[in-house]
Parts: sequence; C-alpha cells; structure tokens
Amino acid sequence: MSPPPAPVIEVRDLRMRYGDKDVLTGVDFVVQPGEVVCLLGPNGAGKTTTIEILEGFRERSAGEVVVLGEDPRRASEGWRARTGVVLQSWRDHARWTPRTLLDQVGGYYAPYATPERPRPIPTDELLDVVGLDDLADQKIATFSGGQRRRLDVAMGIIGRPELLFLDEPTAGFDPQARREFHHVVHRLADLEHTTILLTTHDLDEAEKLADRVLILAGGRIVADDTAEQLALRAALEVEVKWSRGGERFVHSTDDATDFVRRLLTEPGEPVVDLEVRRASLEDAYLDLVQRHEAGQSDEAVRAFREVV
Amino acid sequence: MSSTSTAGAVPHAVRLGVRRGWTEFVQSLRSSQDQWFYLFTAFLAVGYLYLRRDTPVDDTGLLLPSVALPSILAGLVAFGLVIGPAYSLAMEKEDGTLLRAKAVPHGLVGYFAGQIVLHSSSLVPQTIAVLVPSFLLFDDLMAQPSGWFTVAWVLALGLLATLPIGMMIGALVPSVQKVGMWGMLPVMVLAGISGIFYPVQALWGWVQVVAQLFPMYWLGLGMRSAFLPDSYAALEIGGSWRTWQTVAVLGTWAVVGALVAPGLLRRMARRQSGSQVAAAKEAATQWVR
Repeated sequence: MSPPPAPVIEVRDLRMRYGDKDVLTGVDFVVQPGEVVCLLGPNGAGKTTTIEILEGFRERSAGEVVVLGEDPRRASEGWRARTGVVLQSWRDHARWTPRTLLDQVGGYYAPYATPERPRPIPTDELLDVVGLDDLADQKIATFSGGQRRRLDVAMGIIGRPELLFLDEPTAGFDPQARREFHHVVHRLADLEHTTILLTTHDLDEAEKLADRVLILAGGRIVADDTAEQLALRAALEVEVKWSRGGERFVHSTDDATDFVRRLLTEPGEPVVDLEVRRASLEDAYLDLVQRHEAGQSDEAVRAFREVV
Repeated sequence: MSSTSTAGAVPHAVRLGVRRGWTEFVQSLRSSQDQWFYLFTAFLAVGYLYLRRDTPVDDTGLLLPSVALPSILAGLVAFGLVIGPAYSLAMEKEDGTLLRAKAVPHGLVGYFAGQIVLHSSSLVPQTIAVLVPSFLLFDDLMAQPSGWFTVAWVLALGLLATLPIGMMIGALVPSVQKVGMWGMLPVMVLAGISGIFYPVQALWGWVQVVAQLFPMYWLGLGMRSAFLPDSYAALEIGGSWRTWQTVAVLGTWAVVGALVAPGLLRRMARRQSGSQVAAAKEAATQWVR
C-alpha cells in the first residue's frame, strides 16, 4: 500500500496587503491531485492575486503556501516544468506562426520528460487538440481573439503539466469556442489526471467544469463545496411551475416534495407542464456574496457607532 | 530523479534561445517595417554624405564623406544597440512575451539569449545598408585594407559595451512611452557631443570629458582609426588614435554591463505578473492621461 498522495496545493492563512489595503485576510484551502477546483468571487475579491501567488508570479505578505511540494516563491525550474499557466495574450509574438512558437516553447520542457509524462506534447497533436491545425503556418498577428486564446491554452498545456492554472480562461470566447475549451479541460482532467485551478466569472462554466467551488469574498474563502451542495446549502426556496385548466401558476416553497405531492392529489383539473427548479449555483453565489457584503457593512456600522 | 536528466537544461535553453533569436532576426529581415527602418536610416546617412561630397576637411586632403562615414557608422551602431533592445524589452514586458518566458522552465535564459542574438545580428543589415551605397558613391573611404580587421574588433567590443546599456534601460523604464525620455534623449545628447557630427575638440573642455566617459565617443574614434590614414590622427584629442584606451574604456563598459545587467534583468523578470500585463494593456488603450 502506498501512502495517500500529498495534496497538490496547500494554502494556510494566506495574506496579501497592498499599501494599507488588505486584499487577502487569511485564505485557507487544499486541492487534491486530479481535482478541478474553481475560484469564484466578485471583482476585486483577490482571485487573480491568489492565483498569481500560487503560480509564483507574485510575492505574498504572509501565510504558508505549498504547491507540488515547493514554495512557489522559491520554486525550482523543475517545478516550473510540472506546472502550466494559461496566460491571456495580447499582441506578443505577432510575427511568429503557431507551429514555430509551439516548437520553441515546447523545447524547454524536453529535459523534464519522464516515462509517465513525455514532454512536450508534439506540436501537431497539440494543434489538433486546440483546433488550430488549419492555421498552423499563419502569422499570429492575423489571428482573431478566440484563435489567440486557443493558442494561449496550447502554450499552457504543452509541457503536459501536473497542475494547470487558468485565470478567466474563456473570457472573450464565443459559445462554440467555449464548449470546445470545456472539452479540452475535461480531456486533461480525465486522461492526463491534470489538477486544475481556475478562476471565472461564468457560474455556468464553474458548474460544468469544477469538482469543487471556492468562493472568495472579503479576502477569505467563504464557501468550499461542490456546486450542487453549495446550491443546496444556500437553502433557497425551490420554484414550482405548473398549468391547470389552461392557466399558468408559480409558487416558491422550501419543501418542494411535499408541495408537489399535495398539488397532485388536489381535486380538480389535472396538473400539466409541471416544472420544479432548484436554486442554481448562480442563485447560491449571489445570495452568499450579498449576505457577506451585508455582514461587512453591519460591521462597518458598528465600528462607526463605537467611534461616535 | 530530476538531477541527472535536467543537468543539461541550461545549455539546452541557451541553444533554444539562440534559435529563438535567429528566428526573430529572419522575421525582422522579412518585415517591411524593419526593412524600412534600415533603408531610411541608411538613406539619411548616405544622403547627408552625398550632399557634402565635395567639402574638403581642413587641410587633411580628405573629403567629408571619408571623415564622416566612420563616425556616422559608429553613431548608428551605438544607437541601434541601445535603443533596439531598450524598446524590445520595454515592449515585451508590457505585451506578455517576458511573462510567457517566465512561465516556462529556464525560459528566461532562452529569452535573453534570444535578445542578444537578435540585436547582435541586426548590426549586419544596419552596417551593410550604409556601407554598400557609400562605397559605390564615394572614393578613398578605406585608407588601408587592414582597417577591416579594426572595424571587426571595434564593432565586437562596441557591441559588448552598448548592448547591456540598452537592456538595462529597457529593464528600468516604467513603460514603452518612457523609452524616448530615458533612452532616446541621452543617446541623442551623447551623439551630439561625441564627435559623430561635429569634432569633439571644438567643444568646451568639460563636455569633452563627459563625452569620453561614454562608449559612443570611443566607438567613433575606433572606427575613424580603422578607415582613415594615420596622418589624420593628429587632429584627434591627444594627437593619436589612443587604441589601448579605446580597448580599455569599451572593455570596462562591457565588464560593468555584464556584471550589472543580469541582476537588473532578474529584478525586472521577478516583477512580471499577469495583472501587470493586463494593466499595461489597459494603459495602452488610454494614450492621453
């Protein structure tokens, strides 16, 4: 029996301060190998700061961070080879073609190949995965935003990473590109057992991709669970819709099962088009963030009274 | 596990970087934007020499193109090797090229190796674009054929002295728009006082001292020593080509650059993050502030 695998990411009491503004006030979480974890939160909650600290691109003010067994602040080049970062491109490498650029970038991973993880992924295979095979020899300057983003994804995964960071990966994608991207992420998680940490604004995306959702608000993690459980835990009312005698009805209840049972046994015309809608992650998220912000303003009011 | 297989990772990254620089050099040669730059600077330089092709220089028996060509060549080389890398680094820290290199194992080693190869190779089209039309249009440019040997070592030493300066300016400037202020302006001023366009001996004493602290003057002097007959040396400061001093000053700048630049570049790379690139992108859409 081998011992249980060590977590891929361990964050304890992570704090970040810019000037006199506290952005992170004690973030704790753990990510296990093979998990797909989504970091959600309102703008300015510190999602990007957190992910940049874990990527080793940003110094932290305090706290303990271990990623793949190393502190990202002083991580080795071998650690770099085991992680992948999908960066948002802008106008870099405009004169290159995807083929020459991927050949160049992939080359750096070759010394880090292992029998289980051959590195890099061959350029042709990668171009096929991200759907750029037709554009392989075109100048990147001619690319649309969506095509550039697909190249970003290719550069992030070229080293067959054990851990992949995605900061708002589908911003600017059209629905089709978004679906293809989700397919790539599923493939990485299922076939390559890649651990993935992503941030997004798209709750639907979080629900589709993530095994677990972390909600970051007010500088700390305020919720950590599966998307389903978060929606359940939010204990929001369930919406029941039905038609009877050509008329449409809507009712909100916290016990949908009981309500529907009574509804169906009621005498009168038959119930048709019955629809029970449970709170979605979006409802749970908005509720949580709202409650959290309300809590904070309460504190602010209290502090104000004490001063006066 | 990793120590045996990754022992050659750094030399491997340098080789990839050399390939990167060469790829970018070939891309630059094929780009009409860069072709224009080479032809335009050559047109200005050769055009100036052509307009004054019959002007004699004092009583040396030489015409102006013979005397001015080596100085102008030195000026162009210094300008290209300082401003070129300064602009590319300032630009590539904003557009995310550097961040990409940072996200890859030993990617920064490759990136800087690539920059050195790219900017060193760009010397070739730059000098050819000036030298070929000059040799077709003017006579008596090279006093002795052995001068080509001097051209080679002065260019090599000048490259080592000036390229790190350009990279340091690129590492220090806060944004691309500031390269004009922190890169262009000092280089223009130095070109003005270093005897490129105007003999340095005619300037005030303290200006001569300042000019002789920087590599541009010595690059010009070295080039003149390569092209001009020895009799012309009498007109220089101290009445000699001061070859050993040229080697010493350019060599000192090269050594200082090689010692200081890597630290500054590492510091610049350490500060790179995605949000910094995003902020630069935001700032670039807002020209008026």
